[in-house]
Amino acid sequence: MIINHPLLGPRDSQEFVYLGDAALMNRPDGMAEGALAAFIDFAYLRDNPAGLHRELWYHEQGDRSWLVVTRNTVTHEITTVELARDVARKAGRSK
Amino acid sequence: MTQDNRISGGQIDRSRPLRFTFDGIPYTGHAGDTLASALLANGVKLMGRSFKYHRPRGVISAGSEEPNALVELRSGARQEPNTRATVVELFDGLQARSQNAWPSLKFDALAINDRLNTFFTAGFYYKTFMWPAAFWEKVYEPIIRRAAGLGSLSKQDDPDEYDKGFLHCDLLIIGAGPAGLAAALTAGRSGARVIVADEDFRMGGRLNAETFELGGASGADWAARTVAELASMPNVRLLPRTTVIGAFDHGIYGAVERVSDHIAVPAAGKPRQILWRIYTRRAILAAGAIERPIAFENNDRPGIMLAGALRAYANRWGVAVGKRVAVFTNNDDGLRTASDLRAKGISVEVIDSRTGAEVIDSVGRLGVKSITVRDAQGTRTIAVDAVGVSGGWNPNLSISSHHRGRPVWDDAIAAFLPAPDGPAGLTSAGAAAGQMSTHAALTHGAAQAAAALSDLGFTAPAADLPPAEDAPVSIKPLWFVHSGKGRAWIDQQNDVTVKDVKLAHQENFRSVEHLKRYTTLGMATDQGKTGNVIGLAVMAELTGQSIPQTGTTIYRPPYTPVAMGVLAGRSSGKDFRPTRLTPSHKWASEQGAVFVEVGMWLRGQWFPRAGETTWRQSVDREVLQTRKSAGICDVTTLGKIDIQGTDAGAFLDRVYANTFSTLGVGKVRYGLMLREDGMVMDDGTTARMGQNEYVMTTTTANAVPVFRHLEYCRQVLWPDLDVQLISTTEAWAQYSVAGPNARKLLQKLVDQDISDAAFPYMACGEITVCGGLRARLFRISFSGELAYEIAVPTRYGDAMIRELVAAGQEFDAVVYGTEALGVMRVEKGHVAGNELNGQSTALNMGLGKMVSKKKDAIGVVLSQREGLVAEGGYRLVGVKPVDPAKPLTAGSHFVATGKPATAENDGGWLTSVVYSPHLGHSIALGYLKNGDTRRGEKLRAVNLLAGTEVDIEIVSPHFIDPEGERLRG
Repeated sequence: MIINHPLLGPRDSQEFVYLGDAALMNRPDGMAEGALAAFIDFAYLRDNPAGLHRELWYHEQGDRSWLVVTRNTVTHEITTVELARDVARKAGRSK
Repeated sequence: MTQDNRISGGQIDRSRPLRFTFDGIPYTGHAGDTLASALLANGVKLMGRSFKYHRPRGVISAGSEEPNALVELRSGARQEPNTRATVVELFDGLQARSQNAWPSLKFDALAINDRLNTFFTAGFYYKTFMWPAAFWEKVYEPIIRRAAGLGSLSKQDDPDEYDKGFLHCDLLIIGAGPAGLAAALTAGRSGARVIVADEDFRMGGRLNAETFELGGASGADWAARTVAELASMPNVRLLPRTTVIGAFDHGIYGAVERVSDHIAVPAAGKPRQILWRIYTRRAILAAGAIERPIAFENNDRPGIMLAGALRAYANRWGVAVGKRVAVFTNNDDGLRTASDLRAKGISVEVIDSRTGAEVIDSVGRLGVKSITVRDAQGTRTIAVDAVGVSGGWNPNLSISSHHRGRPVWDDAIAAFLPAPDGPAGLTSAGAAAGQMSTHAALTHGAAQAAAALSDLGFTAPAADLPPAEDAPVSIKPLWFVHSGKGRAWIDQQNDVTVKDVKLAHQENFRSVEHLKRYTTLGMATDQGKTGNVIGLAVMAELTGQSIPQTGTTIYRPPYTPVAMGVLAGRSSGKDFRPTRLTPSHKWASEQGAVFVEVGMWLRGQWFPRAGETTWRQSVDREVLQTRKSAGICDVTTLGKIDIQGTDAGAFLDRVYANTFSTLGVGKVRYGLMLREDGMVMDDGTTARMGQNEYVMTTTTANAVPVFRHLEYCRQVLWPDLDVQLISTTEAWAQYSVAGPNARKLLQKLVDQDISDAAFPYMACGEITVCGGLRARLFRISFSGELAYEIAVPTRYGDAMIRELVAAGQEFDAVVYGTEALGVMRVEKGHVAGNELNGQSTALNMGLGKMVSKKKDAIGVVLSQREGLVAEGGYRLVGVKPVDPAKPLTAGSHFVATGKPATAENDGGWLTSVVYSPHLGHSIALGYLKNGDTRRGEKLRAVNLLAGTEVDIEIVSPHFIDPEGERLRG
């Protein structure tokens, strides 16, 4: 597979480490009410789509960027690749 | 032996005779021969025995689709089983042997299986070896394993080297027949970067095997000229002897180049084979077509071949397989074989099923002697010594279905065409796309290349292609001959017959996927390249459906079998993975240290001294001397991460379960890192070197995963925290100096005052050593002794160990290895890898109070789940044997005295066991249910695997200095 890194261009997937569903960036607030239930969902429940899937990849043998890769799980076609930091900021994550 | 069957013509070099042996008998062939063509030239038709029935078998094809002629090559460590004689390029001195026959190829004892064939039909194993169940492992399986299987392995290390390489191109062309060459010419002249890969050692495909002309030249000459022109283009790379084995994601193709298989031994420094990973923008599958037989009774006798192969042996290799030949065909292409052979003076009888004639049986134990023909006049027997069979040609579409694309049926050629939804960027050309005439292949190849190039922005000049034959496909499908009760083979490699398909149908295994698995049709190493469609056709007839309704099986990579060695490449033996050496490695080697692999690192395990004959003597000495005076240990392998930024403290508070923002500058704290599910991920110490600067250490094993995790937290979870990370594991050489004399020893080297007042327990700081070299000092202890870790830039690591050892001489200081390190940490009750097993919480480890609930840190919420904090959970305990003479065994389970050692009485297990030279007996750490309340209790430690059982007492996990007076000393 080839991942088109937003900063470095097309790179072989061998350079990357896969983590999983990009929903893992939506970490709940551990101090909020109902945190336990929210964390159980966060840690254990994943969608398993046949089709487009947003997932986290880490360019370990490269520039150490975490990326959000949108990949079709049926065809392996990769439609978008973004810096996870940009995606997280857009989703309202900050400090 | 003379080459009795050699006739004139062909693309062999008669001036270069090559000697070879088959089953020990010497023969000669010529340069340009394959093993198969040379054997046929010498009149050898019998080349092997079949898998199940041990039927005598000969070659049926002239290419990589060959199901029968599997032979063992070479001898000694280079012995290689299951190579297809049809693709083995002959070289001088080649040794080949037949397989699956004992005592000899001509008389094979297991041919009795053929007589017992009524028992050995499809599903035989499922039905026969069902009971008694206990017989399976002891009786049935060993017998089956001995009887089955083809070649044998050398069981020696492979002496050859294999390489991996990366290639990039605009257009990859798979196959160098007429379509591939026309595509390559078009693409080469456009200036695009082109790679042409062909599995044959001579490019040209069928052009080398046919007699028709291209623009007045022979096909072979036109191919040779075209290949020469391509070779002269700097933008074209030709890869002969290279099989494209698979289409992978995003235009990546795998290919195996057989660099040295055509010579006896690879040239010095050359690999035997190379696995190429080819990155393409577009690819064209021009792999031609594969002929299929027609099934009739006893159609598997040596000498009965594909008609196109018979013709190829005559035209390309100058070999007349037989002198009295019959051609059995359902299409015009079979007639070509007849006319080509007749032109060479061979007598040929044609049985054309389109006229109602059929071959219904054959005779000849070790080679065909006659066939029985049934036609309008009745039944007659014809004496023959070779038969060419043509049931039509299948486009060679394997690679187009590697991404699950389903081939589509084309009635016009009675065959499947490549899937339209094959791998993105791949198109098919020529016979692989059903364009069967030479003219069609040439023009289609050029057109497909021009289309691909246009997509890529190249302008392809119109190709100047030679005029060539353009005969239409004329076929009337006939898949198998309906005749008597005998067996008609479909899949010769796995011995699947028409009867087996009928049986599968009768037992309701009618779906293609069931048919395949029940009969093993197409599951041999040839993937059913010649037989699959016939099997489908038989099933279609039985179910009354069409072939496309019956379905098709999908081909998978690799296209042809691949040697394991080339997949490994250079990653074998000591090069299996990189080896990392610590800064003290050279010094340790000089001392005769025993090393142990820790991840990729080689660490000193113990340092034997003269007179020590067992590892325990060395380890006991290292431990005792460290606790008595001083010991030095290389701890460089622990992960080190520099963490800087105004939010560094806040960041650490979130990734550690305990708090770091409150840690004073110049202080170190032990940190416990959790996974989000609440289990302990890693532990280590983190030092605050400055207001906004921390240095974290991780365990050796988790250095990489922890760094990855921290980057994830920093970039993904809290993207606006002002914190930067860099791994400095390899930037600092770090040594532990432990023991009552550690301070005195270090003070000899450290330029600053490190007295207890100036540098108390858990202090850290930037210092200098040896008169000005910058260093870092941490007063931390894993052993429980007064201890420091000192770090110098890695390039001074070798000098530093020598300085430390020299400074330690007056104290009789020792250097200790990982074993002594392990003994001392168990004596002190520190958790390590065996306790940090990924299933344990801080509470399990006795560290529950470290988990701060006042802040939101990773893993804190889920670590408090009801099940994880419930009474009765595992707690870390110390264990000692009641009888000090009894050794403990790691992995033993706690069982109450008087209770049987069964799962319901399991109370936990011993995680780490060492011999404590300090205490003079075995000690252990373990996880025991409710362990924190059970001190003094007596239990049994039972190890059913090791067969040991020891009475034990539960004690504090801190065997040494529980109050911590030594490390504060």
